[in-house]
Amino acid sequence: MKLLITLLFSLFCSTLTMAQNEEMADVMRSNGKIYVVVAVIATIFVGLMIFLIRMDKKVQKLEE
Amino acid sequence: MKIKWWKILGILLVLYSIIAGLLMPVPKLNILNETIRNLYFHVTMWFSMIFLMLMSLIQSIRYLSSFDKLRDLKAETLASTGIFIATLGLTTGMIWAQFTWGTFWVNDPKLNGAAVTMLIYLAYFILRNSIENEDSRARVSAIYNILAFVMMIVFIGILPRMTDSLHPGNGGNPGFGNYDLDSNMRMVFYPAVIGWILIGSWIAQLSYRIKVLEINKENK
Repeated sequence: MKLLITLLFSLFCSTLTMAQNEEMADVMRSNGKIYVVVAVIATIFVGLMIFLIRMDKKVQKLEE
Repeated sequence: MKIKWWKILGILLVLYSIIAGLLMPVPKLNILNETIRNLYFHVTMWFSMIFLMLMSLIQSIRYLSSFDKLRDLKAETLASTGIFIATLGLTTGMIWAQFTWGTFWVNDPKLNGAAVTMLIYLAYFILRNSIENEDSRARVSAIYNILAFVMMIVFIGILPRMTDSLHPGNGGNPGFGNYDLDSNMRMVFYPAVIGWILIGSWIAQLSYRIKVLEINKENK
């Protein structure tokens, strides 16, 4: 997965000849730390969705 | 006890947009920098809100042709969920504006239009609560809801396009379509829009079902 994204990213960088040289978080992403942030946000989102699913099931139970 | 497929689809699409939205390459632009990724999260709130308001409008029109009280309840619930999501859209937009335009609020037609839209819908709830008689409340608020939707389209869809706006796609500014020629952003943005529309509909549906349960309990 990491390799694939690095590959995709380097492919993108090589094709990006016309883009301006703006400062982006490229280094942080290549170091891999961004995955931590993605994991944290994804965990919070999944947690909220599990809450929503359980609420849905409780309402289903009450409706019966 | 099964969760409907479209709810799961909504979760998966938004989850995909979180992961791909933070990791996929984006165009390198001045000032915007990495904040261009907010497109997947901030703009999708407004798409979801407009969808919920459209559903609310449809329920109001169907109420007026059937006088079915449940349709009025649906219209109200959809509108209140829409306002909830619009609040998220407004707040995230303010954060984004602070770091790219330099201030939380600028006199941009789109921002003011969004604010006016929210006031129009808040007036819808005030109107609802101010009428005691159930039938006339449902009828008057259904008619007002049609007006509110039209005003929303005017204020966030038409007026910002007629003057200069800091938002892309309005006035002299190019739309985001000009930036993502590699269509990388589209591949994340469109699934994110559908995902948030589904999740918004899910929340609205849940709060409607709870309201129905409350009504049934009162009638017992």
